[in-house]
Amino acid sequence: MFQLRRTFLKGGVSAALLSPFIGTGLLAPTRLLAAEWNKNAFTALTVNDALKAYGSANAFESRDIVINAPEIAENGAKVEVDITSNIPNTRSLAIFADKNPMPLCSAIEFSGPALPYVRVQLKMAETTRVRAVAKTADGKSHVAFREIKVTLGGCGG
Amino acid sequence: MADRIKIRAQTQGEVTDIRILMQHPMETGQRKDDQGQRFPMHFIQTFMVSLNGKPIIDGQLNTSISKNPLFAFKARGIKTGDRLLVAWKDNLGEQRQDETTVT
Repeated sequence: MFQLRRTFLKGGVSAALLSPFIGTGLLAPTRLLAAEWNKNAFTALTVNDALKAYGSANAFESRDIVINAPEIAENGAKVEVDITSNIPNTRSLAIFADKNPMPLCSAIEFSGPALPYVRVQLKMAETTRVRAVAKTADGKSHVAFREIKVTLGGCGG
Repeated sequence: MADRIKIRAQTQGEVTDIRILMQHPMETGQRKDDQGQRFPMHFIQTFMVSLNGKPIIDGQLNTSISKNPLFAFKARGIKTGDRLLVAWKDNLGEQRQDETTVT
């Protein structure tokens, strides 16, 4: 009986000691994948709907976002694009291909020592304008455009 | 089980280039087989990169990212011995994570 009571007390104490840490991540296994996939933005079928769902309908055009991409892409299944934002406090970069069936291709958030740069390979359905949207810490969106000609579409096949 | 994620980190001066290759079919759901049947959508939706356990990059992808996605990022101040971890999860709930130590 006494033995049982001891065990209970011990159990209680240790649970109480540990409880502040539960949820802080200290006891959680390696944190996997924070944000939920932004379904509304990714499944939007027009670039305007995608921009709206992503929260960047009112983006200012900026020369401080640099898009490097081939002028003509022979194979639309793999078009390499790299984007650099020189806007201070850039927190995220998103890439849209206007005429793709679902225009939003990717959205990347940066924190800590990561610089607002990404190089990615896109599938492109046809010749289209690509836009890069940079969001800054104050919540504002900035956008830059680039036309990429595609000779062979990369979505169907 | 998905193939191992390849992670390369190369430092020049202050800035480290991080290259990540995630092996994944990235099916759009639009491709058809010989019988005209569509291959179902199968693509990575989210991934993250962490440095010494702290997330530094959170990415979300669509079907329009190429097969076997290759990404490159840049970060400042990464040192030898730092640990870089990459984890992804796809639309079918499959996931994979791999880690590398910067040399």
